[in-house]
Amino acid sequence: MNAPQDKASFKPAYDVVGTRPVRPDGVEKVTGKAIYGTDHVAAGMLHGAILRSPHPHARIRSIDTRKAEALPGVKAVVTGADFPSLASLEVSLGEGSGNIAAISRNCMAHEKVLYDGHAVAAVAATSAVIAEEAAALIEVEYEVLPHVLTIDEALAPGAPVLHEDMFTKGLPEKPAEPSNAALCFTVGRGEPDAAIAAAHTVVSGRYSALAVHQGYIEPHACVASYNADGQVQVWASSQGAFMIRTLCASILGISQADIRVTPLEIGGGFGGKTKVYLEPVAIVLSRKSGRPVRLAMSRADVFRASGPAPGVVADITVGADADGTITGVVMEFKMLSGANPGNDTHSGAMSALAHYNVANCRVTGWDVLCNTAATAAYRAPGAPQTIFPVECCIDEIAQKLGLDPIDIRLKNAARPGDVGIMGMPAGEIGYAECLEAAKAHPHYSAPLGPNQGRGIAGGTWGNYGGPSTATVNLGEDGSVLVTTGSPDIGGSRAAMAMMAAETLEIAYEQVRVTIADTSSIGFSMLTGGSRTTFATGKAVILACEEIIATLRARAAVMWSIDVSQTEWRGGAVHCLSGDKAGTSLTMGQIAAKAGFSGGPIAAEVALNAQGFLPGFGVHICDTEVDPETGHVSVTRYTVVQDVGTAIHPDYVEGQMQGGAAQGIGWALNEGYVYDKAGRMDNPGFLDYRMPVCSDLPMIDTVMVEKPNPAHPFGVKGVGEVPIVPPLGAVANAVSRAIGLRVHDLPLTPDRVYAAMQGKS
Amino acid sequence: MPSPQFHSPETVEQASALLAANPQARVLAGGTDLIVQLRSRRIAPTAIVDIKRIAGMSGIRAADGGFAIGAATPCTALKDDKALAAAWPGVVEAANLIGSVQVRNRATMAGNLCNASPAADSVPALVAAGATVLIAGPSGQREVPAAEVTSGPGKNTLAHGEFVVEIRLPARPQGGGDAYLRSIPRTEMDIAVVGAGAALVLDASGTCTSARISIGAVAPTVLLVEAAGAALVGSKLDDAALERMAEAVRVAAKPIADKRGTVEYRIAMAGVLAKRVVEIARQRAEKA
Repeated sequence: MNAPQDKASFKPAYDVVGTRPVRPDGVEKVTGKAIYGTDHVAAGMLHGAILRSPHPHARIRSIDTRKAEALPGVKAVVTGADFPSLASLEVSLGEGSGNIAAISRNCMAHEKVLYDGHAVAAVAATSAVIAEEAAALIEVEYEVLPHVLTIDEALAPGAPVLHEDMFTKGLPEKPAEPSNAALCFTVGRGEPDAAIAAAHTVVSGRYSALAVHQGYIEPHACVASYNADGQVQVWASSQGAFMIRTLCASILGISQADIRVTPLEIGGGFGGKTKVYLEPVAIVLSRKSGRPVRLAMSRADVFRASGPAPGVVADITVGADADGTITGVVMEFKMLSGANPGNDTHSGAMSALAHYNVANCRVTGWDVLCNTAATAAYRAPGAPQTIFPVECCIDEIAQKLGLDPIDIRLKNAARPGDVGIMGMPAGEIGYAECLEAAKAHPHYSAPLGPNQGRGIAGGTWGNYGGPSTATVNLGEDGSVLVTTGSPDIGGSRAAMAMMAAETLEIAYEQVRVTIADTSSIGFSMLTGGSRTTFATGKAVILACEEIIATLRARAAVMWSIDVSQTEWRGGAVHCLSGDKAGTSLTMGQIAAKAGFSGGPIAAEVALNAQGFLPGFGVHICDTEVDPETGHVSVTRYTVVQDVGTAIHPDYVEGQMQGGAAQGIGWALNEGYVYDKAGRMDNPGFLDYRMPVCSDLPMIDTVMVEKPNPAHPFGVKGVGEVPIVPPLGAVANAVSRAIGLRVHDLPLTPDRVYAAMQGKS
Repeated sequence: MPSPQFHSPETVEQASALLAANPQARVLAGGTDLIVQLRSRRIAPTAIVDIKRIAGMSGIRAADGGFAIGAATPCTALKDDKALAAAWPGVVEAANLIGSVQVRNRATMAGNLCNASPAADSVPALVAAGATVLIAGPSGQREVPAAEVTSGPGKNTLAHGEFVVEIRLPARPQGGGDAYLRSIPRTEMDIAVVGAGAALVLDASGTCTSARISIGAVAPTVLLVEAAGAALVGSKLDDAALERMAEAVRVAAKPIADKRGTVEYRIAMAGVLAKRVVEIARQRAEKA
């Protein structure tokens, strides 16, 4: 890991924040003891299997489960008929928001299957082998319907429509006919067409990127246990136990108090575990069989039926003055959201130009459905797809005008106080500082070899705050127990412990963090949106401040003085007056006698965290392109990011590197491939090519720590920004290496080779 | 679905008899293809015959001045045999491109050959090197060139009851050198989009006296492109000869378009890789 940059001017001195202690969950994880999705075992547990559609679009005529039910060892078989029929009911869950009926039907098809891999029936049996065998015995009669896989196919006149009741939202008038366009959303200001017409330099192009999977290493898995009295327990690996509770309660009509969801460890999510797939099915299987049921996806199931992020096609025109000032932008993009309306169109449209101060712009996004898996959030959902064309166009303008690619971005960068597209002035944002840091980095001025090119791209993500609950309890020995409802994906236990220790002025090791089940802690929104260290962290800090207040009050009781005559310093209460003046009581001393001063010492804070700020990044990418084969090698990569205050720099840098690695994969080799029958042709890590270690250089990181004034320690959120710039950074590097631009991702060897052949 | 019977015979004859007795039986060596196919339900054999308990099935021994490689010898073990690695570096490198380190600790060249993937990495190298394969069956043993073991994607020419006992490589010729390269989108853990192998012999003047050029993943089976080799023989591997060789390779390549590559790209890369392997083989031959 890299030493943090000297940003003393930004950052006050802390004792714990900014250090790099060992994570509290580390030993359990590296010794294999941590309980992940498929590790949880319930007494009497059955094993489930799901039968999935082989067709991308078909009406279910009938399902005959008799042979499966007759197989010895089978305890329950369920289909869509076992799920409540749901009127459309909107729920708001941030990244996991959606329509309950659509979520239910995505877990188990009712009338139609909408993609290859769509669940049509499920079995619970005494072994996984029997369950799979039984699933294969279920006879489904399909009426195969024509399918659509691409944006052009989905929007073509007369195209088969996935949802007969779906009319495009966001248009001036409701369309007469249903279509596969779920939404049209436009943001903008000024007179972009006139500005482009009057511009000194104009560039335009059609850009595309494929749907990509989040690629978490742990497949979805859960265990559900439905008791005869209607109370349910679920153990699941996800980004939000409360998200599971809300959705299962809504889908199945169960009181939230009757569903207790215990979060297991999570082997990666990246936004893809903000939905339910298996949990409602496992509950129904458990209800029918009377026994706990485990459901787990295979890797192929994960690819076919969970995630991915939507692919995109974007048409963009950018106009600029001779000095590089961007005067107008018009972009129309279409997100390929899969079988159900997606969530990336709004965020994609809002993010596209959020890092620049553009007076005249219009960004129009379309949410387009097709017969592929319903998409899910993926790290800064929507932003990589819309910022990629913007960053490519800015690079082209820089080349046309002979400008340095960082200078042109500095000229247009959004800065604090600039009024954004929604009319709000920007807060303490750090894009310009990132650009300056990138320009000053040795990488930016390092010489390039033959067939190499250097690409620059910026990017942003809005981050989030929202509802979180934290409790802090003191042990009788004065040790500190922090409890939250935020699953730990990226080291948040360590961050929570560090913020508690900093607030209480005690050692990091004195604090332990538990992530509680949904019946043991108040509501927290899921871990996503880069919100957890900001929002849940704020709840922890405020709870610790309540603990301090309580400790002072208790000490005042013990000393028989007024609380105003106490002071908190160095993890202890100091007496300022009376016969004990000059003495102090430690947390342990107060806690040991808490029973005599008012009872256990505890605090709970439930809040809706406001004041979150967006993050910004600038990436420098060097690529070398083999002129004979079109292979692209990333030879050097540097990530610069405004992270706010880095609580635990290792995990901040890890997020920066991980996001960059995923973005590089999106740019170079990842993408969903379908055969002519509409079946996913690469549902495994062999042909769905995420980068392996040898594909990547060491990714250098530079943290620019410009604190967020709305967080006690200045946290902004870091996890999503770093996946945004790589698409543009890699594309720009390749275009400079080969002297022409390839507009379509991924930049696979055959595609780059074909482009080079076309040039020569 | 009944579980398959599992046999671990201790002699070649027992193994052959077990295979002959059950047409649904499959041979298990490393299992890196077999187990994957079982778990994905692409195959459902009623019996599995593990050949690893048979004496001599694992390991490399000197034979007729060359090498005999037991059918159950894992790929990583090939690297540890210094004489083999010095004599046929292209073969050893090719076998050690398959899968990951963990896979190569189990996977065998014999399995790679019998699995009959057109993209099998070790096969073009074996074909270029002139390897032969000893096959045992109910009617005794026979030895065939490596190129004749496969007949199409997933299909081999082994008769009912037969299995590969060992792979034989000749002694490295004086002035000989071999090499294998593949084209993959990533840097490792991948399947060849195109593969090319070369085995050359150069005389003291640097003139090529023998050349065997093979290509993989561009036809139903790995191809030995005799015209490509012929284009080099008698030359000093000058640019013109190399281009004639590459053209012969491109003519021989008859790939399909699939998720791993287009027809045009595969044909073009076959020529590029063939030139590159010849250059590596030349450097090795000159050091020999």
